[in-house]
This record gives sequence, structure tokens and C-alpha cells, in this order.
Amino acid sequence: MKEILLQIDGKQVKATEGMTVLEAAQSVDIFIPTLCHHEKLEPYGGCRLCIVEVEVNGWTKLVVSCVYPVEENIIVRTRSEKVDRMRKMILELLLAHAPNSLQLQAFAKEYGADKDRFEKEASFCIHCGLCVRYCAEVKKKHAIGFVNSGARREISFIPEIAAKECNDCKECFELCPTSYLQAVFVLTKALAFP
Amino acid sequence: MSRINSAAQLEELRKDILSKRDPDKTCIAICSGMGCHGLGNDMVISALEEEIKKQDLENKVDIRVTGCHGFCEKGPILVIYPEEICYMEVTPEDAAQIISETILGKKVIDRLIYTDPNTGEKAVHQFEIPFYKNQTQYLISYNPKVDPKSIDDYLANGGYSGLSKALFEMSPEQVLEEVKKANLRGRGGGGFPAGRKWETARNAPGEEKYVIVNGHEGEQGAYMDRAIFTGNPHLVLEGLIIGAYAIGSHQGFIYTRHDTPQLKKNIDIALAKATEYGLLGENILGSGFNFNVEVHFDVGIFVSGESSALMSSIEGKNPEPRPKYIRTSVRGVWDMPTNLNNVETWANVPQIINKGAEWYTSIGTEKSKGTKLISLSGNIVNTGVVEVPFGTTLRELVYDIGGGVPNGKKLKAIHFGGPMGGSIPEEFLDTPLDFDELAKLGAPIGAGGLLVLDEDTNMVEKTRFFLDFLANESCGKCVPCREGIRQMAKILTNISEGNGKEGDIELLEEIAEVAGTASLCALGKTASDPLLSSLRYFRDEYEARIK
Amino acid sequence: MDNEKIDQIINAHQGKPSSLIMVLMEIQSLNGWLPKEVLSKVSEKLTVPLTRVMQIVTFYKTFSLIPKGRNEVHVCMGSSCHSRGAVSLMNKVQDLIRIRPGETDSESKFSLESGNCLGCCNLGPEIIINGKHHARLTPDQAEDVLKNYK
Repeated sequence: MKEILLQIDGKQVKATEGMTVLEAAQSVDIFIPTLCHHEKLEPYGGCRLCIVEVEVNGWTKLVVSCVYPVEENIIVRTRSEKVDRMRKMILELLLAHAPNSLQLQAFAKEYGADKDRFEKEASFCIHCGLCVRYCAEVKKKHAIGFVNSGARREISFIPEIAAKECNDCKECFELCPTSYLQAVFVLTKALAFP
Repeated sequence: MSRINSAAQLEELRKDILSKRDPDKTCIAICSGMGCHGLGNDMVISALEEEIKKQDLENKVDIRVTGCHGFCEKGPILVIYPEEICYMEVTPEDAAQIISETILGKKVIDRLIYTDPNTGEKAVHQFEIPFYKNQTQYLISYNPKVDPKSIDDYLANGGYSGLSKALFEMSPEQVLEEVKKANLRGRGGGGFPAGRKWETARNAPGEEKYVIVNGHEGEQGAYMDRAIFTGNPHLVLEGLIIGAYAIGSHQGFIYTRHDTPQLKKNIDIALAKATEYGLLGENILGSGFNFNVEVHFDVGIFVSGESSALMSSIEGKNPEPRPKYIRTSVRGVWDMPTNLNNVETWANVPQIINKGAEWYTSIGTEKSKGTKLISLSGNIVNTGVVEVPFGTTLRELVYDIGGGVPNGKKLKAIHFGGPMGGSIPEEFLDTPLDFDELAKLGAPIGAGGLLVLDEDTNMVEKTRFFLDFLANESCGKCVPCREGIRQMAKILTNISEGNGKEGDIELLEEIAEVAGTASLCALGKTASDPLLSSLRYFRDEYEARIK
Repeated sequence: MDNEKIDQIINAHQGKPSSLIMVLMEIQSLNGWLPKEVLSKVSEKLTVPLTRVMQIVTFYKTFSLIPKGRNEVHVCMGSSCHSRGAVSLMNKVQDLIRIRPGETDSESKFSLESGNCLGCCNLGPEIIINGKHHARLTPDQAEDVLKNYK
């Protein structure tokens, strides 16, 4: 595997070809906030919280570090005025859904995000996709999936599969940053399990 | 029909077709585009056919059912050759009179010809009508002369000579150079130099290379691709094969809409005919070059016009875009180098090869070469598809060709690019049509759908409408797009209804910045463009609605 | 519902997950809607997880999980029609049929869609019913147009 040298927050980092910027940063204990990332799952690129500045040949651009591949000699900045501004807004948009999420609250403190910036939204799912992806990629049971598109998107259990598999598993429950997953499970069990 | 096996055989066939055609024979070319179809042109066609039969004129008069002529507002439209008498808003009841008075009696029917609504001036021939006179047509000019179901019509008009020249007189590298020299820029909205994209695909490593025609045309108010593709599919096909030769691809895909059965039928017929004639498939024209085409359909969603989503769909997966950190010209369909271009871009290729890059670059502006198809819509008198050289001013498009704004209203703005574009106020009407000039004003040309907005347009409401459309089309995967559009639409609704608050505009701009920077794909990234453009020029309309 | 034909379509693509969208479109076109049992069968035979089938079916407006009405009413809401008064036309149509876009009325007579631009802007604002264009309509003319459909 080819070795790639890059700079993250002023630190020289040795990474291997095929690694993402996030993985490279984590390998030297540089913290980048994430919501939809999980080491057992394929990178998703949904929450955009891990956005960082990357400078290549004098040009700076903002990229999502969990999917951006490492390149020779790039300069990465995990915090900057622009990066922080992006993260603050992303958090505020999500806090409109789940103001009581401990994980969101912790990030909100760091970035000065105001949980009351936007009116409260009905659903407290933040669409990190961890539950859906975990069940598909790790457990391979496909008991839960996404339905509908855009702002109407939601997670939905397949009642027949969930009735068979979930009671003995529930491994996805601890992944949910807002506990919305548990709420949907209880509701589905009560209303739709065969 | 045996396959054509050499350049010489192609020319012989062309000569043969022409020899069997009498240029002085009367031919009624009737537009069968969607616009005319919706106004009942099929009944006009039946009425004319019946009348011709009744008067025993079947051997003396041809009827040619063609693609879109462009003047959709005045449909059903027909042109009588060789005189080029143009009749508009024709009804089935006019058929008898047309046959007896014009075809037989050689008299023009006054009430059916074009009358200028302002001056009252009449124009008998198509080339005298201001709508057509003020255009410069190289692409859509074929349409009235070609029945899309007939490959012979296209051959009679010089079709496939570009392909023959490319295959037999030029190497793939030379074809590529010519397209690069011509500075052909993508017509689908990107405006990216096609030659450079071809070169990347050509040089990228991969055992297979693919070429794609993006016929999705999802932009609202844009219908010029359908006019060309339905009306003259061979033009696009010829361009595609030439491109495939230059890039080194042997497999092409046509990606198009599922809701236009006429388009699908015409494409299928064209592919079958081209294969029959040896212009597609194995050993094209006996040159040794092989190339095949597959047709794919979308599922009725806007995002499938986005190139990476489209390629996903061709692979049988969800049309979901993926981040473009690796360009699709390097890794596209099945991870192979893939070159995707818009219908109109491909349609430009044959003439570049036939007449040369030097000729092509003599048309247009310094950085935008050739002609552009524009579809005029909205508050405009002459709705339709037009073709003008780059450099034509917006004023000429709207007034000289478009006939101005109906009902005596004033023009407020011109909008390009649909829900991902921007609006230009009246004061910039003398801007020339040019990729970069329009981008500078915040209203990039997009696919070329020109929407005219009159003085009664509520710009806040219009912006909210565009955002609503994208909210429905968003896949919902990433936060900046899904949540950003949700919140922006809410704020705009409040402002539009007169419930705007202090700070709303600034909040909109903040959300727009995040959506524009951090979204996963172009839908999210450009979703706030109409908003930013309307704030730039019409900020007062927003402020007036905020307490 | 033509179960035999539906089975034919599904079986022709057995074991081919990449044919999912194509199969769903064929069944939708044949049957007018996609019942749950059909979706389960598609999932099983094409070896695609049911969650994926549900995601695709609910993602695209082309697919319907409920039976559609006898007449499909489509009011174009493209940008050009919008500039020419499509909103008032749509409001009138909604008042007349008493349903919103995406719904079917209780007698299964009409299904209403607010449509994507079909690119025939010279006809706008228009209502397209069962593929037939009713062009250049004012809200007052909507009632007369709808009256002709059973």
C-alpha cells in the first residue's frame, strides 16, 4: 500500500493510499466531530458535520472528511472560521429536531449552536442512518429501512422481519443519537407486528 | 437494404435517394412536436390525408410528418414546400381549403399566414416571419425537412457525412483535436469544454469506455432537447458515434424520460434503421469500428438528470448522486471512464467535423462558440424553441424573436436555469447570450430554458415555488439540503404571506451559504441560487414584506 | 389484477437485483398500482431486501401503493405554467374533485397529480387527463373539462 504524506492541523501525518482524511486524522488522535460515521459501517457522508478545509496547490475547498480520500501533500484544517460556521448551522438544523440529544448538545456547546434558532420540528430523527446501515451491513437482516424522500424521509421497520429478529438483537438501539429509533420500534410493535 | 460498407457506398446511396426525389414536388411538412400534438395536429393530418385522397392527389402531393418546427405558440403549424408557405393555427376544417386553394389553386389563404400582432404586417413564407428570420439555425433547421422515422430523409439532407469523414479521413486523435479547437462547451448546463472531457475519458485507464447521451431534460421550461431528439434522432446519434470513435468507446447509452412515448418510439426506430444501414453496430460503414447503443429510462425524478445519479441508474441502482471527488470521466459507469454529454452537445458534433472547427469558431462570442437552442416560456408572446448564435442579446431573444410580453405588461425579469438558476432584471437585457457573461450576473444559462417574468410576478413567491420543487425532488440524504431547504421554504412562505420577521433575510442567506457549500450534490448546492439571485436584484420585494 | 402476467414479469428477472426499477415500472404500468404481496414477491425473487424495494417505491412519484382512479388528472406545475396561472387552476381543480395532489377520490374516479413540466409550455396552463391535453385553461373552464370524464 502506497504511503501518503499530508498535513493535518499543522501536523505531518503518514497515511496509506485508500484512507479517508477522517481515518488519517483519527490515526493521530486529531478529533473531527461526526454523527453518521461508524467504524463498522461504510462511510455515509450524510450529516456533513465532519466537513474540513483542504488546501491543494494553493486552492482551498471544503470537503467531507469521512469520504474524501487522502492525497499527497494536501493541507487539512479541521477547524477554521468557515468550518465552524458550517458545523454550527448543521447542528442548529438538527437541534430543531432533537434538542434533547446528549450528543448534539455536547457538540452544540463547542460550536455555539443555538437550539432555538429554528422552530421545533415534529420528528426527532436526524437521519444519521446508523440503524438502517447497521442492520443491513453488519446484521444483514434488513429489518429497517428508509422510506419517502426529501423532508418526508423517515425510518420504517418491516414489521414481519422486525417481529422475528429484533427482540433478540436490538444492537442498533445504542447507536441512535436521539432515541427516536426506540420510539419507532415500540410504536411499530404495538401497531403493526403480525 | 444491405449494409453500407464504405464511404463511397454511402455517397452512392445518398445520390440514389436524391435522384428519386423531385425537389419541385409539393410536400406538406406538418409539425408533430408535443406542442402541436396537444393542439390536435393529428386530426389536421388525417383531414389533409383524406382530402388528398378525395381529390386524387396522392401521387402529386406528399405529406411529411416532422419533428418540432419551433414556433409552438402558433401550432398546429405546417409548411408547404417548395414555396415554403407557412400556415399557422391550422384546424382540420381548413384542410379542404388548403388543398383546393393553395395546393391546386396556388393561392395563399390570408387568415392562415402569420400576422405581426403589433404592426399587422403579414408574412407568407417561413423565412419572412420575424420569429424565424431573426434566428440562425444549424440544428433545428433540419426538423421541417426530416421525418424522424425516415433515415433516408436525414441522408438526403447530408446526414452521416460527418461520421464518414471522421471514420475514413481522420484518426480518433484528430477528431478529438477538432472538437477541442472548436471549443464546444456542454449544452446541458455545465458549459464545460466537451473536448477536454472527451480527452480525460480517452486517456483514463480502463478496458471499456462508455459514452452517454443525457436526454433527461428535467429543467422546467426546457424542451429543446426533446425537439431535437424526437424530431431528428439521427443527428444526435451521428454525433454520439463520432464521439465514441474519438474516445475509444464501443458501448453507448441513451438515457431519457419515461413519459414521452413519441421520443422512445423515434429513438428505437432510428437505432434500428441505423443498424440496418450499417451505421451502427459491428464494422460501421466497413471501417472496422464497432459501437452499440442501449436505451435506458428514468423513473420520473428530477435528480436522475444529474450525471452521477444517471450513471447509478444505468447500473440498475437508485439514481442517487455520489460526491464527485473522483470524476465520472475517469470512473463512471461500472467504474469505467465514462463521457456524458447533453443531447444538444452531441448534436453539434457532426457539423464541427463536416465544416471544421475554424468555421464553428467564427460563430458566437470569444468564449462561447456556436449556436444555442433556447426554449422560450413564461410571460412571452411567442413560446417555442429557437436557435441563435451566442452573442445574441437577451433583448433580441425576448422582443425580436419572442414577440415581447403579452397583454401589454412590462418585463420584470428573465430567469435561466429553472429551480437551480437565477433571474436577471430588465436593466440587463442588452447582455449577450454567453456562458460566462450570464454566470457573472448570477443567472447561468443552464440548459437554455428562458423563462420570462412580467411585472405582476411576485419574486418572493416565485423563489418559494422553485424551492418547493427542489424540496420534492431532494433525496433527503444530507442535512444541508434536506433541512436547509425545509427551513428556507418555511421562512419564504412566511415572508410571502406578509409574516416575515426582522433578521429573516440574513437567516436565509446564512442557510443558503451552508446548503451551497456543504451539500452532497448539485441539487442541494444550487437550491439556493434562485434565492440568492432574487435577493441580489429584488431585495426590496423581500424587505417590503417584512414588518 | 393479472397475477399471471405479474408473475411472468417477475420471473423473467429472477435473481437480478439490478432489474428492480425496471420490473417495478412494468408492473406499475400493467397494474396501475403495487400491492404489498407483489412487493414481497419482487423482493424474494429478485433477491433484493424488502427495505430497498420499499425505499424505491416510496421515493418515486411514478409508483403508487394504492389503486389509482379511473382517470388520472395531471395539472402541470412547471415554472412556465406557474407564471401563467397554474396555481389558481390547481386550486379550482382541487375544489372540484375534493382531493389533493397524490390522492385518489373515494369513488376511484379521479387521481390527482401535480406535475412535472412535460415541456409543452405553449399549452400552459393545462390539465392533462389520461394523456389528453386540455390546453390554455382558465379556472372557470376546468369544470367543463372534468365533467366529460366518468
